[in-house]
This record gives sequence, structure tokens and C-alpha cells, in this order.
Amino acid sequence: MSMFSHVHPTIDFATLGDRARHASDADVRRILARGRAISLEDFAALLSPAASVHLEALCRLSRAATQKFFGKTIRLFAPIYLSNECVNICRYCGFSRNNDIPRITLPVDHVEREVRLLAARGFRSLLVVAGEHPKYVSNGYVETVLRRLLPIMPSLALELGPLETQDYVPMVRAGAEGLVVYQETYDEPTYRDLHTAGPKKHYAWRMDTPERAYAAGFRRLGIGALYGLADWRYEALSVAAHARHLLRTCWKAQVNISLPRMRPAAGGFAPKFHMSDRELVQTIAAYRLLLPHCGLVLSTREPPDLRDGLVPLGITTMSAGSSTEPGGYGAHFDETTWTPVGEQPGEQFHIADERPPQAIAAMIRGHGYEPVWKDFDQALVSEGEPAELALSPRN
Amino acid sequence: MPNLSATEPLRIADRTFHSRLFVGTGKFSSNEGMRDALRASGTELVTVALKRADLSGGHDPFADILEFLERDRYLVLPNTAGAMNAEEAVRLARLAVAAGLPNWVKLEIHPDPNYLLPDPIETLKAAEILVKEGFVVLPYINADPVLARRLQDVGVATVMPLGSPIGSNRGLETRAQIEIIIEQAQVPVVVDAGIGLPSHAAAALELGADAVLVNTAIAIAADPVAAAEAFAAAVIAGRLAHELGLGGTSARAVATSPLTAFLG
Ligand code: SF4
Repeated sequence: MSMFSHVHPTIDFATLGDRARHASDADVRRILARGRAISLEDFAALLSPAASVHLEALCRLSRAATQKFFGKTIRLFAPIYLSNECVNICRYCGFSRNNDIPRITLPVDHVEREVRLLAARGFRSLLVVAGEHPKYVSNGYVETVLRRLLPIMPSLALELGPLETQDYVPMVRAGAEGLVVYQETYDEPTYRDLHTAGPKKHYAWRMDTPERAYAAGFRRLGIGALYGLADWRYEALSVAAHARHLLRTCWKAQVNISLPRMRPAAGGFAPKFHMSDRELVQTIAAYRLLLPHCGLVLSTREPPDLRDGLVPLGITTMSAGSSTEPGGYGAHFDETTWTPVGEQPGEQFHIADERPPQAIAAMIRGHGYEPVWKDFDQALVSEGEPAELALSPRN
Repeated sequence: MPNLSATEPLRIADRTFHSRLFVGTGKFSSNEGMRDALRASGTELVTVALKRADLSGGHDPFADILEFLERDRYLVLPNTAGAMNAEEAVRLARLAVAAGLPNWVKLEIHPDPNYLLPDPIETLKAAEILVKEGFVVLPYINADPVLARRLQDVGVATVMPLGSPIGSNRGLETRAQIEIIIEQAQVPVVVDAGIGLPSHAAAALELGADAVLVNTAIAIAADPVAAAEAFAAAVIAGRLAHELGLGGTSARAVATSPLTAFLG
């Protein structure tokens, strides 16, 4: 099967988009009666204004489907920002090369200190984030960091600029099991307009990153669009199509979908498209009905009330008490209460839910769900596997 | 609680179980709720995912699922969920023993994280290695009678065919194959996965399965304690029906004048 960048243009988004806007009440009722969506056409109908009228019923189905497969549990993770140096200009991002912010790449010892703080707060699952800068990902820095963190964190995922399969292999060997890469927007003209300089300009290269990562041996793949850059229905449809493609081509990987909405960041970018809270909830439920086994990730970009309400509706994974600045945990958090103190001048975007991890765990329990800190063990990782996978043809 | 001693006990390897209901520990809304449901189920064997436990031998308060299992009440059966191949499953099992867990293992190898369907080839490979190392191996398998026999040949302690995909609550969709597995079995047959209703559990036991393993249906029930009790009762009912031979076709419509009367 060909890579998703070849598949995406063959999908009839005009017809799907039309359905996403104009599906009838009967269309929606038929899907609700079946209890799940079986095609992109069904999914489009679930994004429609007609489905919005049935939001309560949609959420009930979403909750039931989520509980069946994931149980009454929510997995928790924290991001750790290694570096905010970036060679790209992305018009919506605080790390964009043309923004005047303090630039930091943390020394490995400093990363370890930060991660020990997170471990003391309960985290056993980490998302390691860095801006896209060849100087920092090509000389073994990331691998060194990963090896240092493994004894502290059983589960490590990466969010970095896209690489070739062979460049991912050492990272998998060093202990990374997940890779997250957001397409940001699947609308190609918008994509070109927003990514004006740097390697991120290459739309198709980015889109095929999960497949290259899978070939290198990653077992969790995270995708998503950044809502606010283009029409949300089109983005949701593209992400759903992408997830379905990955479920077929990367069948051993757990596919996770994030639904970040634009937050204020340095550079002052104003989102052109708005996705309302109600539309976000509807989209989560629609994903669940189409993709009952995909993880759905909710970040601290969303405000507390909304995050609380979403716990029983279909999400499976949450971050908590996050800093989006390299070194932000040690420098800007009160270590006893784990609340942010002062401004974080080098952050990627400003978070909306500032509650400490323990408060989030208590909130999850309050909903009758169990917060799960640990859900992976390094014993699961086979030494020889990444290389074998890299050598086997997949496409 | 129904009278457990009314039915025959079950032997697996060197252990005897009075309850034929095994319970999984994933998916509960709280560790306390899990503990109460396990007690109510009357089970004597619970499975726990090693990937969620602290295998260092220490007591990690954030990976404390083992702390909530009353080890004097139940045999804790570590499972290898998360393993994608034989090598990973074997390593996990060894680590569990090193961390002080029993040398029993529920062998689960599912490379597909979506339907969690077991990989027959890797499962057979891992079973062979673990049996040789002295483990009591309880493999989770698709309802494949030939695979069940191959596994018995390498020395597993049970076979655990799925009734339908994990978490689907669809019951015994693989009934025809499970019947063959039971008919041919030299070790206990435990129906695992897909049991969504007490009637599914009862049906499996009526069919002659030696036990069932239930997780989702209890863990996500509105009242897990009551659900555990319902499953406990169903398992006993099903087993009694099996022992009594209820429902056999020969019991029905026996002619008052047998056709063979002329034979004298
Ligand atoms: S979005 Fe990523 S690639 Fe773009 S400027 Fe920000 S950190 Fe760099």
C-alpha cells in the first residue's frame, strides 16, 4: 500500500465535506442506531450540524465504546521540552525562528533533574519534545537523553522534527517507544502559507513520518491536526482517514489522536478558524465511534472545566501540570504545590489548565475513573527488533 | 454466595480451585473498587498486567496495582499483555519471578493493539521456552483446536481460547471451535475474552469449559460488586448443569415404545 501522502489526494473530500455540513437527521439516526460509524461517510455525518442535535446520545455511545476497550481508566503523561531552538518558521508557534525568545537546549544533567521532579509527581510516561534543529538531533543528543531517562521513566515517546527511518532506529534502540507528529493542517495551501521557511515546508514528507517511524520500530504513533488553522471538519476528516490508513499499514502500532486547539503563543498569531467547545466534544465522540481502539489525547491546552467534562466522554490519555518551556519545571514551578510561578518567557504556547498532577488525578478519581501512571515496561522492548523492522519492506 | 463446594474443584498444575471464575484486574475505575469486586466474585485466581506493575521488587506508589491484590486470597497470575513477540513475553515472565511473583504466567502475545488477537506462532514459541524454564504456562489463544493441541504437546497447564474479541462482550462466537478444543483437551480449558454476560459464562461452563476469565464485564459494570456476584452464580449454575448432563438431546423425547423393542 502506498504512503498516506499518496492516498490523501485520492480521497473525495468535497463530497465528504458536503456530508459533514449537510447530513440529514435520518443519516445521523441510522448511525446512532447502529452504535458505530463504519466509514468516512458515517464519520462525516457525525460531524454535521444534524449530529450536533444528538450530541448527548453521541456522547453516551462514545463513553460506552471507550469503557469497553479502555475500561474506566485515564493514562497520564507529561511533556518535557529539551530545546526551543528551531530552524523553522511556523507562523503560529512560539518557537518559530523569527521570534525573539530566550533560546535554550538543556544539558543532559539538567533534563534528568527536570524528569526526576516529574517522577516524584507520579509520572511514569513522558513525551520528549524538541524544536526542529539538525544540530541537536543528529549528534546523538536525543539518544543520550533517552538512555539517561530510561531508569526513571518506563515509557518514553518523542515529538521532534521528522527524520528518515534509519535516523529513528538509534532512538528506538535507546528506549523510545512512541512518536508523535502532528500534520498541523492537512490543507496543503494553508500548510504552505504557514510554514514559510525550514524543512517543515515539506508537506508530504511530514505526512509520511508515522510510517517511517513505524518502520524503525516505534510501537505507538501519535497524529493530529492543530485546530484553528483550517476548517475543523476538513481537518477531522483528514485525521480520521490518516488514522484508518495507519491502522492498516502499521498494524502493530497503537494509533493515538490528539485534538489540540490553538493557544496564545509568542508571535501573536490569531487563529482564522474557530472550533467551539461543543464542536470539540462532537469530534471526540465521532472519532470514538469510527475508531474504537484509538487513543484520544487531551492536553493542558484546554481549560479545567472542559477537561473535567471530557474525562468520561471518550478521551483515554491526558497530560497534567505541564510546562512547555525547556527547563520550565525546575525554574517555574513551586515544588511543593506544583503550581506554575511567574511567566515562562521561553514557552511554546501558554497552557490553560495549570492544576498540579495530583489535582488532576483526584479529579479523574472523582469521575469514577482510575488514573494510570504506568502502562509500559522496558522489559517489553526487544533489543534486536528495531533493526529487523527497518530492514523489512513495508510499503 | 452460592455453595462452591457443590461443584467439583478444578485442578491446574499443582493447585486446586474451588471457584471456576477467574477475574482480570485491568479496566477497574479504582483499585479499591477492584478489591471489593474480587472479594465478591469468590475467585481464587486473578490476572494482572505486568506492564502496569512495578517489577523492580520495590513498592512504587504510582504503579501499585499489586499492592491492592490480597495475595493470601488469590493466586496472582501475571499476564504478559503488551508483549508483541515471544522474546518480550519471556523477558516479562522472568522479570515477574525475579520481582517475587509466582512462576505462573498467563501468556498473552498480541502484536495488534486494536483487537488484541493473540499471535499463534509467537505464543507457541514462548510457551516452549517458558515450560522448559519451569513456568506454569496458561496461554491465551484464538479458538484454534490444532494450536491448542500443539501447546499441550509442549506442556502448557491450560489453554485459554477466546470466546470473542477482548472487551467485545459478544459471548461465545467461537463456540464450534471451543467445543472441539474441549473434546480434545488433556488440560483444563478456560474460556477467556468476550464473556459479557453471566449467561455467556454459564454457557461456557455448560459446554464443558473448566473455567472462564472475566474482566471488562465486571470492571465497567455500574456496580462491579453485584456484577461479580452474578458471574459467580452463573459459573456455578453452568458447571452444575454440565456435571448433571442437563440439556443433552438424549434426555428429550424418548419414545415410550422404543424402536428397538423387537430385539427383546
Ligand atoms: S511548530 Fe515545531 S517546527 Fe514549527 S517553529 Fe514551532 S517548534 Fe519549530
